[in-house]
Amino acid sequence: MDKSATHHPTVAHPHVEHAHEELGFWRTYVFSVDHKWIGIQYAVTGLLFLLFGFTLMMLMRWQLAYPGRPIPLIGGLFGQDKAPGGIMLPEFYNQLGAMHGTIMVFMGVVPLAVGGFGNFVLPLQIGAPDMAFPKINMMSYWAYFLGGVTMLASFFMPGGAAQSGWTSYPPLSVINQGQQTMWLIGMMFLITSSLLGSLNFITTTVQLRAKGLSWMRLPFFVWAQFVTSFLLLLAFPPLEAAGILQLMDKVAGTSFFMPSGLVVSNRIVTSMTGIAQGSVASGGGNPLLWQHLFWFLAHPEVYVLILPAMGIVSEIIANNTRKPLWGYRALVYSLVFLGFMSFIVWAHHMFMTGMGTTMSAFFQTTTMIISIPSVVILTALLMSLVGASIRFTTPMLFALAFLPMFGIGGLTGLPLGLAPSDIHLHDTYYVIGHFHYVVAPGTIFALFGGVYYWFPKATGRKMNDLLGQLHFWGSLVAINLVFFPMFIEGLAGMNRRMYDGGAQFAHTKSVLYWNVVQGYAAWALGLFQLFFIVNFFMSIKWGKAVDRNPWEATTLEWAAPSPPPHGNFLTEPIAYRAPYEYSVPGAAKDFTPQFEPERA
Amino acid sequence: MNIPYTVEERPDTGLANGKLGIWLFLASEVMLFGALFSTYIILRVGATEWPHGELNIPLGAINTVILISSSVTMVMAWASLKMNEWGKHRLYLLATFVLAAVFLVNKYFEYSAHFATGEGPWHSTFLAIYFTMTGLHGLHILGGMIVMAYFLGPGAKLWKTNPDQFANRIEYTGLYWHFVDLVWIFLFPVLYLL
Ligand code: HEM
Ligand SMILES: [Cu+2]
Repeated sequence: MDKSATHHPTVAHPHVEHAHEELGFWRTYVFSVDHKWIGIQYAVTGLLFLLFGFTLMMLMRWQLAYPGRPIPLIGGLFGQDKAPGGIMLPEFYNQLGAMHGTIMVFMGVVPLAVGGFGNFVLPLQIGAPDMAFPKINMMSYWAYFLGGVTMLASFFMPGGAAQSGWTSYPPLSVINQGQQTMWLIGMMFLITSSLLGSLNFITTTVQLRAKGLSWMRLPFFVWAQFVTSFLLLLAFPPLEAAGILQLMDKVAGTSFFMPSGLVVSNRIVTSMTGIAQGSVASGGGNPLLWQHLFWFLAHPEVYVLILPAMGIVSEIIANNTRKPLWGYRALVYSLVFLGFMSFIVWAHHMFMTGMGTTMSAFFQTTTMIISIPSVVILTALLMSLVGASIRFTTPMLFALAFLPMFGIGGLTGLPLGLAPSDIHLHDTYYVIGHFHYVVAPGTIFALFGGVYYWFPKATGRKMNDLLGQLHFWGSLVAINLVFFPMFIEGLAGMNRRMYDGGAQFAHTKSVLYWNVVQGYAAWALGLFQLFFIVNFFMSIKWGKAVDRNPWEATTLEWAAPSPPPHGNFLTEPIAYRAPYEYSVPGAAKDFTPQFEPERA
Repeated sequence: MNIPYTVEERPDTGLANGKLGIWLFLASEVMLFGALFSTYIILRVGATEWPHGELNIPLGAINTVILISSSVTMVMAWASLKMNEWGKHRLYLLATFVLAAVFLVNKYFEYSAHFATGEGPWHSTFLAIYFTMTGLHGLHILGGMIVMAYFLGPGAKLWKTNPDQFANRIEYTGLYWHFVDLVWIFLFPVLYLL
């Protein structure tokens, strides 16, 4: 069959096509349907939320380092119900904690990693003119935006924001006075957003791959986004169901998660808040049910946090080692296997709930199994470095740092995955250390690397290398000073989610000074981000102008102009070969792009 | 700029974009209702007693028949398009819409009978899960009706300019509608009979 006849020369006449594409301000910059602009909207909003989430954490770090001391300078701004006299109330601390986690995970990292990078890069890398459903794509951004607004608004409402952690465990989440209802409504928006996004990503990848771009020629980044989308598509609905049930508990007086005869502060809880005020709670609910539904989403969610990062790192490593990725097929198969397995490990978060040894045995086994593909991926990326003449560009530094940082995060997960050791470690700072190593110096470093790497594609200009290096080295040192001591604190028995940082317990006295160290380190970390912020805005205007392929890379996005016009490619791109043909023996250059025709 | 395969199928996957999109959406819906059915099982297994006979079985049975019929008329609405019979298509689509509306009216009578005795979702775990699941299902019916109203009204003019795309859209609506129907076919025995 003649394949070429079935493909559309979508943008064969770019100049003619674009001549009548004059859209107004609103449709170009606000309600755009162009995947690149939507990607940038996602990325910038995500970065802003990361900054905001970081600020919340800075307030918490003050309280942890100096419990009960008034917050300097800005302490007076929070009002009597949050911080009277500048001294943080426990309720306010809980709001900060819950919203820090929620914002970082659902409104910062995922929108940046999937909404931002996925939207911007994926269609370009598969040689598509746009996403399969551009309008749905726009709607998914705005659903995310509304979710963000809802969450932010909850701070200013009576009772303040939600107080029960990003995990929102009932019964506490149902009976406390914070705006749990707003949290749930906000989550509905965010869930809707990622459902719309994920079905768009999958359809785009399946349907809009360029001619010649078979599955085993897809860049690893595309694979990572593809698997991530399945996790979002299938794991979020159970959380949506759980959210609906908790919302019913909040506003309709049901007791899905509320056990009978619940006693709080020496009083039996008999009535729910909301419209059914005064009616007697029916009881008979099951708090563990929430945990099951929540972790059924939230374990896959942690892979949603890490897989796009692995995708980004792989692209950067292949480009800067000037070698093909080591074990491309092993990488892809591990990734897909990881995606499947991530649906059957969730209860390793629940070893301490008394769910029984049979359940624990099952879930600790699956958890050990899932660490195998993670190790395969990490090993393949490390092997890719062997014998390479590495270009130490800014994106590459971030990608290189990702490997050991993710390594620490993953390895510290193993003792957590084994029920006997988890009994000691559960709910301590050790867990906080574990997942922050994976998400912060792991994923967020990879995301920074990605910004430096694809910035030239988005703007036509490179970011400044010196500022980038300062940003990198400063962040690397500071972030380890923030998170490594958490392992020490956790092993000493310091609990997480403590308003006073553990000062009330004798057994953690000897490690409390680490809270002060972490406070300073967090400040340093924040300051080093200034290099990034300055660099980002400066480079948009004054960065070194570059052509379409400044990194001498091989994947399809580098065939489009920088920045690509609406519709992306000037001529229909065709993939002639595998994605990482670097240093091909006998070739004239050390890179042979996918889009370069075979020489006759 | 136009997106490839919005109407015609991509040869190597055999799919148009919308077809894949709607199937993926339905997959996520399966997970949504799957989680709720699992909730039902867990709550029921953990309950010391479970009420019976609180629901109006004849009305539920009638509604089941109504929804199954509406699935048939939905298929006919699509098939008439394929046979180029516009008038019949309009008729069948309108019939589907009306059947859906009748379903909701019946549901309204059922709900108000409960509320009249003060037995809302707060009354018991059984009624809690009953109202939640049928309520969510009802919202899906409502969503389907909005889509149908669109294709009966302003959306219909696509038939003039791009009949293939219009037929595809009706097909996708149909797939969704069958799913909503299927959910009810599970809900009815689980909530009314068991
Ligand atoms: C690779 C192997 C991994 C293993 C074996 C593992 C294991 C675990 C276990 C057993 C827990 C529960 C600990 C407890 O609460 O007592 C946990 C918590 C957590 N993990 Fe991992 N993990 C791994 C990778 C990851 C990755 C890649 C991420 C995210 C990018 C991640 C993020 C988290 C988060 C966010 C929590 C804490 C949830 C909470 O309670 O708030 N983990 N991990
Ligand atoms: Cu987990």
